[in-house]
Amino acid sequence: MTHRESKVLKVASLARVEGEGALHLRLHDGEVAEARLKIYEPPRFFEAFLRGRAHTEPPDITSRVCGICPVAYQMSACRAIEDACGIVVDGPLAALRRLLYCGEWIESQTLHVYLLHAPDFLGAGSVIDLARTHRPHVERGLALKQTGNALMELLGGRAIHPVNVRLGGFHRVPARSELRPFAERLKRARDDAEATVRWVAGFDFPDAGIDTALLALAEPGDYAIASGTPTAMAAPSTAGLPADSDRALPTRTFPLHTFPDHVIETQVPHSTALHSLLDGNRHLTGTLARYAISGRWLPPDVLQAAREAGLGDPREGAVCRNPFRSIVVRAVEVLYAVGEALRLIEAYEPPPRPYLDVPARAGTGHGATEAPRGLLYHRYSLDADGTVTDAALVPPTAQNQAAIEQDLRRTAQERLGVAPHPSDTELTALCERVIRNHDPCISCSTHFLDLTIARD
Amino acid sequence: MAAVPDPRPRLAVWKFASCDGCQLTLLDCEDELLGITERVEITHFLEASSGPGPGPFDLSLVEGSVTTSQDAERIQQIRAASRRLVTIGACATAGGVQALRNYADVSEFRAVVYARPDYIDTLATSTPISAHVPVDFELRGCPIDRGQLVEVITAYLAGRTPDVPAHSVCFECKRRGTVCVTVAHGTPCLGPVTHAGCGALCPAYDRGCYGCFGPSNSTNFPSFIPLLRRDGMETLDVVRVLRTFNTAAPEFEAAVRKELPG
Repeated sequence: MTHRESKVLKVASLARVEGEGALHLRLHDGEVAEARLKIYEPPRFFEAFLRGRAHTEPPDITSRVCGICPVAYQMSACRAIEDACGIVVDGPLAALRRLLYCGEWIESQTLHVYLLHAPDFLGAGSVIDLARTHRPHVERGLALKQTGNALMELLGGRAIHPVNVRLGGFHRVPARSELRPFAERLKRARDDAEATVRWVAGFDFPDAGIDTALLALAEPGDYAIASGTPTAMAAPSTAGLPADSDRALPTRTFPLHTFPDHVIETQVPHSTALHSLLDGNRHLTGTLARYAISGRWLPPDVLQAAREAGLGDPREGAVCRNPFRSIVVRAVEVLYAVGEALRLIEAYEPPPRPYLDVPARAGTGHGATEAPRGLLYHRYSLDADGTVTDAALVPPTAQNQAAIEQDLRRTAQERLGVAPHPSDTELTALCERVIRNHDPCISCSTHFLDLTIARD
Repeated sequence: MAAVPDPRPRLAVWKFASCDGCQLTLLDCEDELLGITERVEITHFLEASSGPGPGPFDLSLVEGSVTTSQDAERIQQIRAASRRLVTIGACATAGGVQALRNYADVSEFRAVVYARPDYIDTLATSTPISAHVPVDFELRGCPIDRGQLVEVITAYLAGRTPDVPAHSVCFECKRRGTVCVTVAHGTPCLGPVTHAGCGALCPAYDRGCYGCFGPSNSTNFPSFIPLLRRDGMETLDVVRVLRTFNTAAPEFEAAVRKELPG
């Protein structure tokens, strides 16, 4: 049998990802000539129609970019506009925002772990198939996901496009007596989250590693969610380490307002999302990046669960660069978010007012938070009366696209080098798994891109 | 040996230009999801499942609006293969927030967002599914309500019309026992002209309704807009609040046209 031929393998519609994408793999003489994650989701032009809106509107409007992570959009938008207006939201209001964000982390990461990712490890096509063979596990996952949704409903009114977030805080803040009963539910969720970590730790993980820089927000002493400073860890090859090395490398930070100088987006013909590079190199945001950069600040019980799940101790300089194992890190993050929500509810004292006033002023503001899929950056320029004159949104999946394509190419190439020669079906299935490892949110990535061209 | 045909009705979920939130609502039916999947065969639902199956479909749920020429063709094929077609959410029902392009020059929009606008294929307008094919039922909301989605699916399974009232949000505030934010606090609220379905969430959170379920079946804008003005909204504020997630809904569009001179 000869493989001296050119051929193209395609998956026209990727399943179990958020949004619409396709896979395109071109092989030539047994080598991967091209590997693309094609994003064909139609553009919706948010950055264009945000121009001319009031400065109070982007939290609700940008929420509609993504039904999977609306809180991330609301939070990054609020922070950017508050920054432009010189307002800092802290204390109990910041704690409530973090609590709402914990709800989204619990819901969204559990969705990925159980409904999108776990079927890959257990030979199932969907969670519905999985429910036939692993029903108690699926029921536990749905209960855990529902707890995340219930927390968002309690604070935000609903889980998808919550209504209660506004500039400066919330329209209405809950009384202590409204939050306290939820603690019992979170304690049950903690048991489920611990069981989830143990369950996914037992999956079979192919050896793999991703040789890219990692980028996440960091707040020393804390596992950053709703604020922090952009922090990057170099790719392992820059230190002569293999891609699958579990050793941490030194990190560097840059101020958020210099984000557009460091993360540069460029357009490619096969995508309605832009590719972005961190200081000229591919980078990855999201679960693996957060664990590498903030993992050492996880509470002891979560660190112990992570160690028992085989992840290594971040306090001793361990990181995880195997994208297949991201399901374990996601499960650890769910456990963290449940515990954090519990802590925030137990410490909750209602703020004196539901929101701070955010009077408009002319200027530009930057905001970034950790969406479940990674760092989400917003920038707005305002007129003196608060009219938005310019907007830029950089979602995690647009940042990750180049790293995902590198991972696709490397994984496919490695598989082609091992006997027996893979069938097309096997190779495309493997590539689909590689993409799902990174939990791309294609709905998000399509609508944001760069504003490097000046229109005026 | 021939496989025994699956006797369950076949459900498909389709995505057009959207945020994925309305189809996520199906996965958010945590209590009902496994029960629903016992009663219906989900034959096409990319967000949840690999291996999309072929048509025909007993019930197609369609999320998103039509914004490309390929999608304008795709909805024709889906309609042809579907016994019942139900739109889910403001994008599929009214064109969504992306219909804001309908009032602008799309080539300019393209140039704002993309450095190489020539790579991007897009139509000048974002249109609801009903502008392209006949629709059996339109479920409102940005996003849709979980309970209403379960009602629509079970109604079609039982062969009856969904029980989804078309009156205003005001009815839901009364039922919920929420004090009227306009009467009590002078807060501008779109509740009187907005389609019910959310359970009157915003007033329960001390906020005026912002119309994300689109127009109700009995809007009276000539009487309503003066109330918004009385409570402090200027023309620009009125235009902005109506030009959001259901901007291309005919009743909202007509009200905005009356506000804008020229």
